[in-house]
Amino acid sequence: MGIKSPLTQNLMPNKTFFWFFLPTGLAMILFIGLPIISTGIQSFYAQHDQVVKEVKKCDPFGCTVSIVVDNEETTKLREAKPLGKFNGFGTYVDRNHLAIDEIKKFWNETENFGAFVDQVTNLPFYKALIFTLTYCLFVTPNVLLLGFIIALSLNAVARKIRGPLIFGTILPMIVTPLVGSLVLFWMIDSQGIIGANIQNLMNDPYLSLKSSKTLTWITIIIYGIWHHSPFAFVVFYAALQTVPQEPVEAAIIDGASRFQRIKHIVLPHIYPVVTFVALISLMDNFRVFEPIIGFSAEGSAQSLSWLIYDNLVNEEVILFGSAAATSMMTIVGIAILLAPVLIRTWKEFKTAR
Amino acid sequence: MRKILVTLLFLLFGTSAFADCNIKSGSINILANDFPALRTFVETSKQCKGSADFKVTHSSEHNKIAVPALTANPSEFSARIAANSSIVPLMNQDLIRPLDDLVKKYGKGIQDSQLITIDGKVMAVAFMANTQHLYYREDVLKDLGIAVPKTYEEVVAASEKIRASGKMQYPYAAAYKAGWNLAEEFVNMFIGHGGEFFKAGGAQPNINNAKGVATLNMLKKLSELSNPDYLTHDSEAIKVEWESGNVALMTLWASRSGTLLDDEGDPNITKATKLTGPATVGGGNIPAATLWWDGFTLAKNRSDADAEATFRALAHAASNKKMVADAADQAVWLVEGFVPGPKSIGVIEAVKMGAKPYPMLPQMGLMHGALGSEIVEFLQGKESAEQALKDVEAAYISKAKEQGFL
Repeated sequence: MGIKSPLTQNLMPNKTFFWFFLPTGLAMILFIGLPIISTGIQSFYAQHDQVVKEVKKCDPFGCTVSIVVDNEETTKLREAKPLGKFNGFGTYVDRNHLAIDEIKKFWNETENFGAFVDQVTNLPFYKALIFTLTYCLFVTPNVLLLGFIIALSLNAVARKIRGPLIFGTILPMIVTPLVGSLVLFWMIDSQGIIGANIQNLMNDPYLSLKSSKTLTWITIIIYGIWHHSPFAFVVFYAALQTVPQEPVEAAIIDGASRFQRIKHIVLPHIYPVVTFVALISLMDNFRVFEPIIGFSAEGSAQSLSWLIYDNLVNEEVILFGSAAATSMMTIVGIAILLAPVLIRTWKEFKTAR
Repeated sequence: MRKILVTLLFLLFGTSAFADCNIKSGSINILANDFPALRTFVETSKQCKGSADFKVTHSSEHNKIAVPALTANPSEFSARIAANSSIVPLMNQDLIRPLDDLVKKYGKGIQDSQLITIDGKVMAVAFMANTQHLYYREDVLKDLGIAVPKTYEEVVAASEKIRASGKMQYPYAAAYKAGWNLAEEFVNMFIGHGGEFFKAGGAQPNINNAKGVATLNMLKKLSELSNPDYLTHDSEAIKVEWESGNVALMTLWASRSGTLLDDEGDPNITKATKLTGPATVGGGNIPAATLWWDGFTLAKNRSDADAEATFRALAHAASNKKMVADAADQAVWLVEGFVPGPKSIGVIEAVKMGAKPYPMLPQMGLMHGALGSEIVEFLQGKESAEQALKDVEAAYISKAKEQGFL
């Protein structure tokens, strides 16, 4: 083999990368790209105007004259335009989503800012957005912190008992989210082990974790931290194994305390991993859904994912347009939330080169 | 000799019972809700499956599966056991077939009153009736000298009296779980107040009025007498509360009475559990309850042979005198030969009192959905009744516009 020209040397890795990436890329387009595009298109359409007719309906309790959907006419409309009626951003701005008109109205009608905020947070989309953001803001940092502390402490225990301890620690992640939340749901029942003990502790027999909105939010957030910490722990623990021992030993000789060693040697070393865990956690938390079902918390806490679910299954009439619009806005929401972290990583990547 | 005679008689009886359904081919696949009466019904139809393929899915999540499963062509299920409300989305999407021919050919034992006809076509065959009505603890009411309540105002008074006596902290229970259940309670109470959900001849909502406010206020009064976790309680949860002896008055489905009065649980509570008709409210004379039927429908996107096999099997159950005699405790059967027992009191009283059926309107599902999520904050004391009703109407209007009803 002769020596390759600088040009081919530059091209080859790109070409190899392309072929390596092709199967993954195709799968991503097929299973992630196309569904998102299809959802996007769906979100711009609404159902055709319903053609109804008056008919006589009889059941075991008697006969009445009432309306039904005229299927013949509807079929004709559907065949002509299978996607439905083009609605543009109509679904995005209606009351159940961004509610532009309602917000304008509230702004003009309310006297002070507090009343305005009250009115806006009463709208379903904003209600869900506030819960979702609160959940993200409380769960993500706590997961990072708790995961890091557990990883550090486990890294310090004797090797012999580390295995079983690690297994015990990652249990919350192994348990299916729905099962985990259901177990906790029964424990916090006013007759459950946690619920009854809290009542005793507070000396208030009417205290119920499920009935108050604030307490429900706190319960779900604590559950979120409990469930997600093991993930952060596993990644941090793996990263801790790569921390070079020489600078740590040197620091010990120089008389650095444990805290100083962590701050100046360990943290800078595993910093990229922290960013990674923060990204994944934020994405996961923004899609919070299972605990709401598990805790039957629909009344007090609704997330964006729950709104989508509600539109698709909770009603006998399925609202595809609404669900699609909320999905698209969730994607945009995640993008906005991740932007600062992504920009930062990109800048570091550039300077590293 | 006697043994042989008995065996012979059995054989004769057996053959005569299965004489009608000698199904040779086809495949039967049924989607149904999950409660004892429906299990009995499907089991009975299975007896006559002949050589046809027979599958059944019992699920409390049936509403979520039905439309997508029946939209597929061929449809996943050949039959769907539906009720007043769940037949509507199937009708809206044109997913079920008219049954006139099959009823004429194979529906000999089915009574005319069982047929659900829409625009002159038979779309479903009903076999049981259901409603929500009052259950009470005879011992508790007797001890405190309280008469059996006939109106919700009396239910409130009785519950307050029980609470004051210190016997029970939360004497009343109903399925107030946020979502479908809570909305159903609103529907009942609103109809009890004489309300109409839509303005005449259209799909414009009509609940933000004095009747709506009265409905919400009554629901709130009752919720204050219930376990504080009421927003997470469905029918199963309040049944458990009842069986633990925490509740003396309850509004629950008639179809649940069987499991409430079975041998499981504290025999003293079971003995003292009594049934009565649904209560009225606000001086009205029709009960604050809705009548429901359960019946079977056949998928349109399925071969005629499958539809025929399925119809014959289900018609066998829907006209089975032995089934309704054996399972008289499980439901109020609409099938010929049913003799109402003590557990049927609720439904029979409701019919006598002139209860209205659940509105079978194309847009009712959207209203039900909007109610389930928008009235929660009123019950939590976070907003006024008028604001809650305004929210319901606004949420409904947005959804109805997207669906093309407005």
